[in-house]
Amino acid sequence: MNEIFTKSMARNVYYGGSIFFILLFLALTLDTTIALPERDHRENITEQVAHGKTIWEENDCIGCHTLLGEGAYFAPELGNVYKRRGPGFIKAWLKAMPTNVPGRRQMPNFNLTDEELDALEAFLKWSSEINTANWPPNIEG
Amino acid sequence: MLYSSQAVAKPYFIAAIGLFVGQILFGVIMGLQYVVGDFLFPLIPFNVARMVHTNLLIVWLLFGFMGASYYLVPEESEKELHSPKLALALFWIFLGAGVLTILGYLLVPYAQLAELTGNSILPTMGREFLEQPTIIKIGIVVVVLGFLYNVGMTILQGRKTVITLVLLTGLVGLAVLFLFSFYNPTNLVLDKYFWWWVVHLWVEGVWELIMASILAFVLIKVTGVDREVIEKWLYIIIAMALITGLIGTGHHYFWIGAPEYWQWWGSIFSALEPIPFVLMMLFAFTMVKNKRREHPNKIATLWALGTAVVAFLGAGVWGFLHTLAPVNYYTHGTQLTAAHGHLAFYGAYVMIVLTIISYAMPILRGKESEANCEQAQRFETWAFWLMTIAMLCITLFLTVAGALQVYLMRAAENPLSFMVMQDKIALWYWLREGAGVVFLIGLVAYIASFFVGDKKAG
Repeated sequence: MNEIFTKSMARNVYYGGSIFFILLFLALTLDTTIALPERDHRENITEQVAHGKTIWEENDCIGCHTLLGEGAYFAPELGNVYKRRGPGFIKAWLKAMPTNVPGRRQMPNFNLTDEELDALEAFLKWSSEINTANWPPNIEG
Repeated sequence: MLYSSQAVAKPYFIAAIGLFVGQILFGVIMGLQYVVGDFLFPLIPFNVARMVHTNLLIVWLLFGFMGASYYLVPEESEKELHSPKLALALFWIFLGAGVLTILGYLLVPYAQLAELTGNSILPTMGREFLEQPTIIKIGIVVVVLGFLYNVGMTILQGRKTVITLVLLTGLVGLAVLFLFSFYNPTNLVLDKYFWWWVVHLWVEGVWELIMASILAFVLIKVTGVDREVIEKWLYIIIAMALITGLIGTGHHYFWIGAPEYWQWWGSIFSALEPIPFVLMMLFAFTMVKNKRREHPNKIATLWALGTAVVAFLGAGVWGFLHTLAPVNYYTHGTQLTAAHGHLAFYGAYVMIVLTIISYAMPILRGKESEANCEQAQRFETWAFWLMTIAMLCITLFLTVAGALQVYLMRAAENPLSFMVMQDKIALWYWLREGAGVVFLIGLVAYIASFFVGDKKAG
């Protein structure tokens, strides 16, 4: 093996392989960014939706929930919660927190205003309309 | 030690271990919250405990990587570190920023922390693993730049070896890719797409370069095998890591809105991602088999073999388990991901940092034989097995939990809702918590090993 496969060959595989696949990855990324508008419906990102994303982030929702399957696995998937529970539910749910049922997982009350709750719901509605290749498998998330 | 400036590695290693303890304590808290839902509520809500758990992991591994660099770069470059003073100053800045961030998570509601730190000026917070306030992220960039300058100058002015060049490539990659944490578009799909450029391209990309170079360094030291042989292995390992791992990013693009061709690219290339880990395992065992010296530090060799094996299991086997798109359709976002994440991080990155600490600490502490006494090594061996077996158990229990989750919620005829399903799998969370406590005991034994025997050198 020492004779056939030398260190300089290994080095060339490293440099050549890395550069080739970096370029391929960049090309696929370019193609993806061109294809995305069809799938993410960015035309529907209103100021309210954008504000909803900020609220989502500034309350660290991802620390318990998943969104399109990414995040923490402590609480339900929210990418499709708008479709699962329908309009109005999200707002009522957040206002009713925490349940304070002994022994049950608790969600804090984030003291959001009506306007903020509407924005959050708008963000989750928009998220539920992203083309996710038919994921999740069913409505439970 | 050969160069006196290598001593700056010591505080980095000590801080790493200290933060590691914090990480595990919060892990045990979270594990309990999975089954006793209101434990410590509202004092420490789950999301806060999770931020502390994951952020401490990242920070202490970075401390470990920096300590490893400060230790091995002077020895490889055959010259003193460019500026030991800068290294020490950055140590205190990084530690201060880290502690401040954790206190911020614990003492202030997250929304208030966002407001206090001016998140609205440049919003980067509230994304998984990148929860740090923007100002802290900027601080991390400054510290890493100073660190890169310091080791970079040392490497460029000294003897250049394959190990230091690979290490430097990995560290520069780490710094450059972190810059994507400042890109937070309103469009969630774009946000997620480039978020992975930090997260995936770190742990399944450039961090593998760092891991492989540290492993190569320790193997040269403990086995005495010829550098030429080690370097050839190193090149081929990192070549395979990047060739498979770059396009392998695609396994995160299946269900987040990206085009569906990623299901092919992601499946095929991430199915190849175990290759570098197989090679790393072959590498470690072959080198130890062909060793040319008997190094008295047996436990460092055990960690080196252990990291190769457990990284292969955690990243390779458990990664492959759920990486093919048709499988991932059902497993995405379940406890199977958590199972894989735990074993992969422990095997690849926790264990490589513990490998270099195990090798370097006795030397940094001035032990003449370059190793701890037999009694201390025996203690550390116990710690090795306790932590490793506990982590394997955590992984197995979470794997069962994840499989049940998939069946009950996504495959059964009458799918259960999330919380109903969680109640049904509580047993496996209890078992995981038990294994977590054993891990903590192993960690205590690990720390105790530093204080065993050999009083005069302690």
